[in-house]
Amino acid sequence: MNKSLDKVFAILWKDILSELRTKDVIISVPVFALLVIVIFNFAFEPDRVRLVASGVLWVALTFAGVLGLSRSFAVEKDQGSLEGLMLCPVGRDVIYFGKMLGSLTFILVVAIIVLPIFFILFNLPVFKPELVLIVFLATIGFASVGTLFSAIAVNTKARDIMLPILFFPIMAPVIISAVKATELALAGESWGSFSTWLQVMVAFDIIFLVVSSLVFEFIVEE
Amino acid sequence: MKENRVMRSNILLVVSFVLMIASLYLVFVYVPTEKEMGIVQRIFYLMVPMGWLAILSFHIVFIGSILYLLALSLTMLKRKRLSRCWKVVSYLRKRERKWDTLAYCSAEVGIVCTTLALITGSIWAKPIWGVWWTWSEPRLTATLVLWLIYLAYLMVRSFATEESRGARFAAVVGIIGFIDIPFVILATTLWRGLHPGPIIFAGGLAPPMLLTLLISIAAYTVLYFSLLGRRIGLREVGTEIKKLTHD
Amino acid sequence: MDGSSCQPLAVDIQELTKSFGNHLALKGLDLKVRKGDFLTIVGPNGAGKTTLIKVLATTMRPSSGSVQVAGFDLKENPVQVRCNIGIVSHHPFLYDDLTSFENLKFYGRMYGVPDLEERIHTVAIRFELIPRLHHQVRTLSRGLRQRLSIARAVIHNPRIMLLDEPESGLDQHASAMLQETLDAMSAEEGTIIMTTHSLEYGLKVGNRVAILTGGKIAYEESTQALNLDNLRETYYRYTGTRR
Repeated sequence: MNKSLDKVFAILWKDILSELRTKDVIISVPVFALLVIVIFNFAFEPDRVRLVASGVLWVALTFAGVLGLSRSFAVEKDQGSLEGLMLCPVGRDVIYFGKMLGSLTFILVVAIIVLPIFFILFNLPVFKPELVLIVFLATIGFASVGTLFSAIAVNTKARDIMLPILFFPIMAPVIISAVKATELALAGESWGSFSTWLQVMVAFDIIFLVVSSLVFEFIVEE
Repeated sequence: MKENRVMRSNILLVVSFVLMIASLYLVFVYVPTEKEMGIVQRIFYLMVPMGWLAILSFHIVFIGSILYLLALSLTMLKRKRLSRCWKVVSYLRKRERKWDTLAYCSAEVGIVCTTLALITGSIWAKPIWGVWWTWSEPRLTATLVLWLIYLAYLMVRSFATEESRGARFAAVVGIIGFIDIPFVILATTLWRGLHPGPIIFAGGLAPPMLLTLLISIAAYTVLYFSLLGRRIGLREVGTEIKKLTHD
Repeated sequence: MDGSSCQPLAVDIQELTKSFGNHLALKGLDLKVRKGDFLTIVGPNGAGKTTLIKVLATTMRPSSGSVQVAGFDLKENPVQVRCNIGIVSHHPFLYDDLTSFENLKFYGRMYGVPDLEERIHTVAIRFELIPRLHHQVRTLSRGLRQRLSIARAVIHNPRIMLLDEPESGLDQHASAMLQETLDAMSAEEGTIIMTTHSLEYGLKVGNRVAILTGGKIAYEESTQALNLDNLRETYYRYTGTRR
């Protein structure tokens, strides 16, 4: 068990190291999220937009998440390095968890960059611990299913369009929960009021982490 | 084997035809007009069967997908290891491709049913609620998401680089999608709790309406299985042709 | 040479079949490779050589049949199988943005190599990687990358090496190093399976040759019993092409 954990972290370390060298995802994706937020502000009247602030945030994070996921797997595919991982003496689920933690880390970093800017642009109270938990849970959901679907999408003819088509319908429950919980948190409500939404996300995360790790091998093995 | 299937499909078609005639009679002649909603309400007897078929066919997609992946993963097991389950294992393995065909054909018929469910739902909604669409009816929203999942299932097959890959990818999508639907219903129901709005038929049904509904559901279900059988037959013929032209 | 019939089998394949949809790449292939053998497999393009290597490397799932590598069943113990094999193929399996050292460290960790740092240095010296050990792979010359790829393949001291047409991807220097590595392996009773296009090369390096055509092993013989001309004839007889 410990050996497997070590290998999961080896894969995570490798992905983080690669990303630090190229800064591919870390720079382009937050910029994209920022652009989405800005466009929403142009699309709606200023006071209207404040009402949907939570929604704007999650639209931005969702699109940014998809962008980040597709870019990191595209690199893997182009370098053929996924096959290299498959030669290693690890179960396929170890590869899944390694890649998933990598995606999780990237999306979290993007969120950390985007959130303060979001708060400033919307004149919202700058820091709320509730928001950290909501973002964390939702991001786990994104990464769990996203890693699986990225592995699929990157092996199809229309990579860029395939990932959103797979991803968005499945993520609907998480997005709904995240938006609602964020709305309540921003309005200053107590934890209890949005605990149901948190429970939905936790259940989603656990179930989809387990299922994805089980079916991952069918995607990567010919 | 194939003659059996064609015969079965023909019998089903005849049964469906008979039931359909009965259903049409019930819907347009027998059942009284609903008090509040008027004549338009009769679309209900098409909408509910379509919704039911959308769900039924997705269950079949799920079962086909799981059995397909199970058959793939059992490829190299030895007989002596599993003497007791061997019958089951070899049954699964031999029909590996058939599970995939079952899932695929069910998805094709399923997306048609889902589309019709959405369209009839919309047609029903306009005169009754005054809107073409509403987000606060959880079942309607879930049906839309189901439609998108069907679409993703079919697209991943056509965009895959090889057929066998497409089959595997689609099976994964089928399984993940099926597990997702309860979450969608849960989330949209909770969401709805915050903005009560129009809902499709919350009340009970008077006996004549119940009878009409059940006969309609039966008629469409039999039709569904007949279509499914034919579609599977068509696909298998297609596969054989490909095999012959390939060699 | 054939007192090796007492040797255990490094690779035991029975009735291996692999189909891609309608196309049958391997059709009931049987092959036994003894420990310490150096088997070269020749065959026309599309005969299934790469498919066979991929199945042995566990990156491809067989459609049916039984495969045992290093005494482990491919289906029941794929992880143990992978522990015991090293693969050299067209693809270097290297991460461009990491340095040579980091690449070796990563694979070393994945293979659970003990005393990793020491091992990396040993391997780096042997393959002359030291000068640019801490430079990104992206910046390395082709030859250096090839040598690094071979280093990656042997970092965990595998007992069985799988090579997929190595001579076509390597320059002279790398080729010579590969040869040295293979010779060292053979001396320690390691098993080598290599696919190649060149009958000459196959005869020169291995102790057994097999012809793979039509998805099966059509012919297998010890290299002692063959010379280039009769191998060419046999090859033509089975495959209808000349090499």
